[in-house]
Amino acid sequence: MVAFVLKRLVGLALTLLAASFLVFVVTEFSPGNVARKTLGAYATPAQVDLLYQRLKLDDPLLVRYGRWLGVLTGILRDPLQDPDLKLDFRDPRGDRYFGNFGYSTLFKAPVNDVIWDRLKNTALLAGIAFAIIVPLSLVLGVLAGMREGSWIDRTISIFGIVTTSIPEFASGVFLFVIFGFWLGLVPGTSPLTTSAGWSIASQLLLPVLVLVLYDSGYVVRMVRGSMAEVMNKPYIRTAILKGLPHRAVVTRHAVRNAMIAPFTIILLQINFLISGVVVTETVFAYPGFGRMLLEASLSKDISLIEAATLIALTIAIVTQLLSDIGYALLNPQIRLS
Amino acid sequence: MTAAEAPAAVAVVKERKRPSLVARLPTSPIAMTGIGLIVTWIILALIAPFLPLPPPNQQDYASIAHPLPSAAHLLGVDLKGRDILARLLWGARTVLTVAPIAAISAYAVGIPLGLAAGYFGGKIDMLISRLGDIILSFPIIVLYVILIATIGPSFLNIVVAVVLASGPGIARIVRGLTLEQRHLDYIAAAELRRENALYIMFVELLPNCRGPLITDFCLRVGYTIITIGLLGFLGLGLPPPDPDWGTMVKEGTAMISVRPHMSLFPAIAIVTLVLGFNLLADGLRELSLKD
Repeated sequence: MVAFVLKRLVGLALTLLAASFLVFVVTEFSPGNVARKTLGAYATPAQVDLLYQRLKLDDPLLVRYGRWLGVLTGILRDPLQDPDLKLDFRDPRGDRYFGNFGYSTLFKAPVNDVIWDRLKNTALLAGIAFAIIVPLSLVLGVLAGMREGSWIDRTISIFGIVTTSIPEFASGVFLFVIFGFWLGLVPGTSPLTTSAGWSIASQLLLPVLVLVLYDSGYVVRMVRGSMAEVMNKPYIRTAILKGLPHRAVVTRHAVRNAMIAPFTIILLQINFLISGVVVTETVFAYPGFGRMLLEASLSKDISLIEAATLIALTIAIVTQLLSDIGYALLNPQIRLS
Repeated sequence: MTAAEAPAAVAVVKERKRPSLVARLPTSPIAMTGIGLIVTWIILALIAPFLPLPPPNQQDYASIAHPLPSAAHLLGVDLKGRDILARLLWGARTVLTVAPIAAISAYAVGIPLGLAAGYFGGKIDMLISRLGDIILSFPIIVLYVILIATIGPSFLNIVVAVVLASGPGIARIVRGLTLEQRHLDYIAAAELRRENALYIMFVELLPNCRGPLITDFCLRVGYTIITIGLLGFLGLGLPPPDPDWGTMVKEGTAMISVRPHMSLFPAIAIVTLVLGFNLLADGLRELSLKD
C-alpha cells in the first residue's frame, strides 16, 4: 500500500510539472506578448523592448519555463520586482519566497493578495453544493437502481438526463426567472455584501442550486448504474430467496458494494465542480476563484492565469489521487493486485 | 446498417442476426423523443432563410421601447431591437454546424490515438495515455477559457479547443474498447494473414468498437453544444454580430430583472437541443444493453 501511494505521489508530481509546462506554453508562448501584456496597452514600444531585454524573453521556451519555476519555488528573484524597471510591482513578502506567483496586472497587487480570499469564497459555495450533491445523489441513485425499470427508476433517470442537459448558465436564467423575477425571493447577483439588503444566505441559494442541479444528475446516473448491477448479482438473489425483507437486502447487502464505483466518480466531481463554479460565479457575479480566472483570461493577466490554473489543477489532481487511494482501500480486488 | 454491410458468409454462420441498433430505434420512446427534438431544430435551421422573418442582424429601433413578444416579433426583440426568433433560428444554423464538425474532428484525432495505444501497447500506449491524462486532469472549462482567451474566439479555434479537450477522452474510451478486442481470435487471424497494422486497427477493430462510440458521440455533440453556448456566455463565443445562442443569453442577462425573455428564449433553445442529443444517447445505450 505504501509503495502504491508513493508511486502515485511521484505520478502526481510529474503530472503537475507537465501540466504547468502546458499552461506556461499557452500563456507565454510568444515572448513579445509577455512584455506587452505585462506593461498593458499604454506602454511605448521602447518600454516594451526594455522589458523584453531585462526578462531575457528571447531565451528558449524551456529556459524561460525553468526560470518561472525558479521564481515560483523561491529559488530565483522575481525579475519584475526589480526597482530599476519602475513597474512599481511591490510585494510585502519580498521578491524571493516559496509560492511566489508574481504580480497581477489586473488587480495591481501581488497574486497572493488576490487569490486566497477568492478561493475561500469558492470553497464556501462549492462546499455547500458538494454537501448537498453527495447525499442527494446517493439516495436518488439507490432508489432508482434498487428496482430497475420501475416508475421510480424511470422518473429519476429522466430527471437526471434533463438536469444534465441544462448548462449552468441556462439553469441560472431559469431559476432566477422563477425565484427572482416572479417570486422576488432572491437577488439576481451574489456579491456577498449585504449593502443591497439581501442576506448572504439568500445570495448563496441560487448559485448552490445551480451547481446541485447540474452535477447531481450525473452522479445519480452513476450510482443508479452501479446499484442496478449489484442488484443482479447472485448473492442478492440468495439474500432475497432466504427470505430477507427487501429493505434489509438493499441496506445491508447491496448498498455497500454498490458504493465502490461511485466513490471515484463522486471525488472526481470536484473537477466538475471547479468547471461549474467558473460559470456559476460568472452568472451571479459571485466574488470567487472561477470568475477571477475568467477575468484574468479576458484581460490577459498572465501571472494570475498561471496561478489560478495551477491551483485549480492541483486541487483536481490531488482529489484524483485521493479517489485512487480510496478506491484501492475499498476494493480488495485492486488492493491485492 | 450492419445487416446490409456484413458479408453473406458471416450472416450464414451466425444464427439469425438481430435487427441493427438503428433499426430498433423506433422501439425506444426516449430515443425517439430525442430524435424528434434534434430533427425539429435541423428543420427550423434549414428553413430559416425562407420564413417571413426579419434578417437576424437587422435592428428595429421602433420596437426597442416595447421588446416583449408581439405580432410583429413573435418572441420579442433583444436590447438592440433585433428579432429574437430570427436570431434563434439563424443561431441554430451556426451551432448545428460547429458542434458536429468539432465533435467529428475530436473523433478523427481521438480514434487513431486510442486504436494505436490499445493495439500496439508498450511505449506508444504509455506516451499516448500519459499525455491524455495530463490534459484530462485539467478542469475542462479552465482549459477552454485559457485556450480561447489566448488564441482568440473563432470558428476554427473553437474546433481546435474542442479537439484538444475531448480528443484524449475519446482516445481513452477507444483504447479500452480495443484492449477488450485485442486478444480475440479474429485479430489473431488477421495477424496470421499478415494484414498490416492500419488494416487491423481500422477495418477489424474499429467496427467492433462501434456500439459504445455511437452513444458517446451523441453525448459529446450535446456536450459540445453546451461548450459553445458556455463560451458565448463567458464572452468567448463566435465574433458578433452573427447570432450565437450563448452570446444571446449573456447579452440578455443585463436586462434579466426587467425583461427576462431576452435570456430565457435562447437558454430554452440550448436546453432543448442538448436534451435531444442526451435523450438519443440514453435511448441508444438502453437498446445496446438489451443485446
